Amino acid sequence: MKFDIFELVGNQEKVMDLILEGIKKAFYLLITFDPEVMKITLLSLQVSGTATFVSLLIGISIGVTIALSKFPGKRIVVSLINTGMALPPVVVGLFVTIFLWRNGPLGFFGILYTPTAMIMAQTVIATPIVMGITLAAIQQLPQKLRLQILSLGATRLQMVWILIKEAKLPLLAAVMAGFGGVISEVGASIMVGGNIKGYSRVLTTATVMETSRGNFDIAIALGIILLLLAYFINLILTQIQQRERPR
Amino acid sequence: MRITIWGALSLLFFLGLTSAQPQPKTIILATTTSTQDSGLLDVLIPIFEKKTGYFVKTIAVGSGQAMAMGQKGEADVLLVHSPAAEKKFVAEGYGINRRIIMHNDYIVVGSSEDPAKIKGMKSSSESFKKIAATKTLFMSRGDNSGTHAKEKVIWKAAGINPEGQRWYQQTGLGMGQTLNVTAEKKGYTLTDRGTYLALKKNLGLDILVEGDAILLNIYHVIEANPTKWPKVNAAGGKAFADFMVSKETQEIIRTFGVDKFGSPLFFPDAGKKEEELGK
Repeated sequence: MKFDIFELVGNQEKVMDLILEGIKKAFYLLITFDPEVMKITLLSLQVSGTATFVSLLIGISIGVTIALSKFPGKRIVVSLINTGMALPPVVVGLFVTIFLWRNGPLGFFGILYTPTAMIMAQTVIATPIVMGITLAAIQQLPQKLRLQILSLGATRLQMVWILIKEAKLPLLAAVMAGFGGVISEVGASIMVGGNIKGYSRVLTTATVMETSRGNFDIAIALGIILLLLAYFINLILTQIQQRERPR
Repeated sequence: MRITIWGALSLLFFLGLTSAQPQPKTIILATTTSTQDSGLLDVLIPIFEKKTGYFVKTIAVGSGQAMAMGQKGEADVLLVHSPAAEKKFVAEGYGINRRIIMHNDYIVVGSSEDPAKIKGMKSSSESFKKIAATKTLFMSRGDNSGTHAKEKVIWKAAGINPEGQRWYQQTGLGMGQTLNVTAEKKGYTLTDRGTYLALKKNLGLDILVEGDAILLNIYHVIEANPTKWPKVNAAGGKAFADFMVSKETQEIIRTFGVDKFGSPLFFPDAGKKEEELGK
């Protein structure tokens, strides 16, 4: 294969041009509040935000419970949860689709190709992530801490709450990991959502579509907007995570 | 305190989402990526929705997957372009009222260097024979789409089985992406004219073979058979199919794409017989 330095440099320029086009497009779409882009950005936030919230409730409550209990087969359960963190999103999407088919077991809900279905699939993806990291976060706390808290007169419920506050740093990392996993997810979202314009189209599915249409500048712009969205959400979450407890 | 704030916020979120729930009359339209990527449906669907009050869920997948959805009763109406598979679909009782809507054509494209020297050939099957003989790279969709089915028909006409040969690669991707991969690797591929025109600007591939009768790409609308699958929205499917063959819609199809690409992307054919079609 010939190695042409001019072609190489020329190609770099073409790539840089394309990325610059994308950045310019991203600014333009945001400054003008392009209605379609606003709609898909808001939907991304709503769907992934709700999914993360639900997975937070399920993941932290079950994660804490398992971490604090002793039972035979605990190791196996924990490794199953940890394996759940590696669940391929597209496989989750496939299974949720089959369940939600009209003629499938949950078909009577009629929610295939809706944002609700997307929330369901994303919750399935995010919950093991939140659960697994919560488990490790709680197990990490010194054993004696539990006894100390109980000996000071706390009820079991109060003790659990204090332990959660003690593990605030890794628990918020768990939430951010869960959110990161689903805001960036595309395989399940396309399958169960259908990428329907103005209804179930989100930033990731729109990016795939624009790429397959060859509209690379729009695709890059959407990618940049997605990154900005993820950054701002994580900025808020990090603030909460890093805030010093009043002493 | 903070929990209540978060709880309230998330409740607002969820309420915001439920407001996006579909109206009671929903139709699932299974169609191909080429019809969606052309932008035609972005024009037609809102007109249909406004006219009838139905909410159309357009699921764009390959013709193969669209018909698989129809076979499972998971779609109400199909808009596809894979005639042999469609005929089988209807013969097996899964679809009814198969009606012709429009056509465009396929073209063989490749890099301007054209190592197999097929530019200007009149017969697509002969050009495929030359590609095979020179063992030049050919990218296939490989995904049971209408385009893939047509490609297989041409290979059959050429009397060649390209499966497993090193110069024959299958992407499993949509047409736009397959074109990009083909351009990147300087190979040959079969594409519908519409997708090619839409991507032409940044692509770097030339039209090498066109006009062969076998390259006609015909789109039909098929309604899902409600006797096979009672949960199908038969009235909705019929309403959409009727809309597609209506005079107003056919007129929109006739002029679609002219302002953007200089020539129409599709040619309306409602009411005609398949055999009558030609250039």
